[in-house]
Amino acid sequence: MAPMTSPTAELEPFPKTHLLGIGDLSPPDIDILLDRSDAWADRNALPDNKHAILRGRTQINLFFEASTRTQSSFEIAGKRLGADVMNMSVASSSVNKGETLLDTAVTLNAMRPDLIVVRHHGSGAVELLARKVANCAVVNAGDGSHEHPTQALLDALTIRRRKGRIAGLKMAICGDIAHSRVARSNILLLTALGAQVNVVGPATLMPPAVERMGVSVFGDMDSGIADADVVMMLRLQRERMSGMYVPSSREFFHYYGLNARRLALAAPDALVMHPGPMNRGVEIDSDVADGVQSVIREQVEMGVAVRMAVLEALSQNQARDNREPGR
Amino acid sequence: MSRFASAELGQRAVSAPLLFTNARLVDPKAGTDARGELLVADKRIVKTARKITSVPKGAETIDCAGAVVAPGLVDMQVHTGEPGAEHLETLGSASHAAAAGGITTFACMPCTDPVIDDPALVDFIQRRARDTAIVNVVPIAAATRGLAGTEMTEFGLLREAGAVAVSGGRQAIANARVMRQVLTYSRDFALPVIQAVEDADLAGEGVMHESEAATRLGLRGIPAAAELVMLERDLRLARLTGGRYHAGQLSAAESVDVLRRAKHDGLSVTGGVSVAHLTLNEYDIGAYRTFLKMCPPLRGEDDRQGLIAGLADGTIDVIVSNHDPHDVETKRRHFAESSDGAIGLETLLPATLRLVHSGDIELPALLAAMSTRPAELLGIDGGTLAPGAPADLVVFDPDTPWIVKPQDLSSRSKNTPYEDARMQGRVLRTIVAGRTVYEYAS
Repeated sequence: MAPMTSPTAELEPFPKTHLLGIGDLSPPDIDILLDRSDAWADRNALPDNKHAILRGRTQINLFFEASTRTQSSFEIAGKRLGADVMNMSVASSSVNKGETLLDTAVTLNAMRPDLIVVRHHGSGAVELLARKVANCAVVNAGDGSHEHPTQALLDALTIRRRKGRIAGLKMAICGDIAHSRVARSNILLLTALGAQVNVVGPATLMPPAVERMGVSVFGDMDSGIADADVVMMLRLQRERMSGMYVPSSREFFHYYGLNARRLALAAPDALVMHPGPMNRGVEIDSDVADGVQSVIREQVEMGVAVRMAVLEALSQNQARDNREPGR
Repeated sequence: MSRFASAELGQRAVSAPLLFTNARLVDPKAGTDARGELLVADKRIVKTARKITSVPKGAETIDCAGAVVAPGLVDMQVHTGEPGAEHLETLGSASHAAAAGGITTFACMPCTDPVIDDPALVDFIQRRARDTAIVNVVPIAAATRGLAGTEMTEFGLLREAGAVAVSGGRQAIANARVMRQVLTYSRDFALPVIQAVEDADLAGEGVMHESEAATRLGLRGIPAAAELVMLERDLRLARLTGGRYHAGQLSAAESVDVLRRAKHDGLSVTGGVSVAHLTLNEYDIGAYRTFLKMCPPLRGEDDRQGLIAGLADGTIDVIVSNHDPHDVETKRRHFAESSDGAIGLETLLPATLRLVHSGDIELPALLAAMSTRPAELLGIDGGTLAPGAPADLVVFDPDTPWIVKPQDLSSRSKNTPYEDARMQGRVLRTIVAGRTVYEYAS
């Protein structure tokens, strides 16, 4: 027998129709999602995780870019809430990628989904799709180098549950900042909630004027992670290690890889985080990735809770706005 | 609504003499701005005066009610889809948009399919324009075969066929040796060489101005240096060769400084700017508005201010629409994948009038950059109200407010960056060779 009550029943509702980026959210909006995610994380630790909250709702995971972890995390989240979840992987090799995107929107509208989770290689593509779908909540599961809001939320939840707060903490985000949507969403979220954020990486992987986003830029990793409460490593794509951005993975690891010696420069109880999938020996040493300070496994767990909270919160708005209650 | 002349009789039609009364006559060539009357007969301006008493029989009187009468605008950088992409724009449809914008002559760029790199194709453009366009069209020929940037075209024969300039098209002529030869060879034919000033390698995968805005949007940037590197190289080659170099569109404030120094050193070089770069900046892109994606990209507000200053002090010679029609197929995509370019013929004058309303530039100087100067650069008649000049005229009220609605625009493509923008200033009538080709009726 599935439990009918939601652990978030007493919590404040989330006031938005879609979740397109952290940039659209106010600090209270972020807190609302974190509180609701926190409640789901507690609930998920108990047995019997099949709920009826999204029963009768259709969730489509529309992935224009392959992603095993994010897609399965959203799939588990939707299924635990009782939604009918469908995964659509759209080949991104075709030259008419943009055409496919809007054609897909038309097709999707005809299927009348309630929730669409979208990942796309183009910055802004999810927003474009959100403007074209009708009566349906859109969740950005990563668009180009722009945003990956649920990743930033799950990172923040992990930190909050470990450290009890975000405000005043010292963060170091390290690696390929320029191409990382995870970095952008995290910078927006962490600075909005009052953390001090350092970004660390070679100048070729630093986006222009990133200091205008309220972060301090470090080319030297040792000073960038000194006394940090959280060291967040980013994935460096293989194709960026062959000369145009960094000359080799060997040189990159030498200067920007997280190893035990460097980690010792951070606060003694610093958390080590990575959004995955990891390149062991390129950006992070295996000893550190699997060490006592690593919360990488916990991030994955929090991911499911955050995505359940987001899907539930957005569907509640639909129920209020344009759905018959109890549909 | 508005009325256009038919293209069938074209410019061979005979029109009655026209007397414009109650006009504010702005002659950018003479630098005058005064109330008066203007008489047109036999396709030419007969005279201007405070009051014209001897009027030929059968003359039609047009009471301008205080509106401006000025030389018709000359837009020296326009893309149409003819030949090859007529679904986007034909010479005919572009000419309607031009007429509605007070443009009486436009120069069409050679980046069509096929590329205009052969005298027969220059002739084709002229014949198609004669048969289908309601304003004057002058062709710009490709400077290299197929715009491939390697072999020069026949500048002399192209000139004889009617080409008014040569250009590398949308891309810069990247090879310095080829550019040197183009600038050297063009001297004997007095053809300006119009260059798209951007280093393609440095621009790389960039899709907008490299700045905080691009970083926040997660879009790759194009640094201003991509323009400066090419401009400084080209000016060095212009110094070496003495060729007539024209930078098609500048986008960065520093480029204006570079061009200013080159002019100060006595080089015969000139520069243009598009109306978009004078009136919009990177933040107008907002949430990934692809109609504001263009090449060169819209840059920062400091750049925009630098361009305005360069226009006001004469460093920048001409304003172009850089009219570039695109349809949903290529524009309704996500930002990085969407095509570059915006239409601009019909909004050229109203949008640039913002600079007059904001006090940045005087009206005669603004109009000079859109009529007198481009006519001089291309070596064509126009840009003046002097007796004997062609009767290519625009009548406009600089103050009438209106809102841009894409569906009301005459262009076949609707990719305007000014969708729903408020404009102040409206073209009331456009006259080509003494014949009214457009008349606004509210």
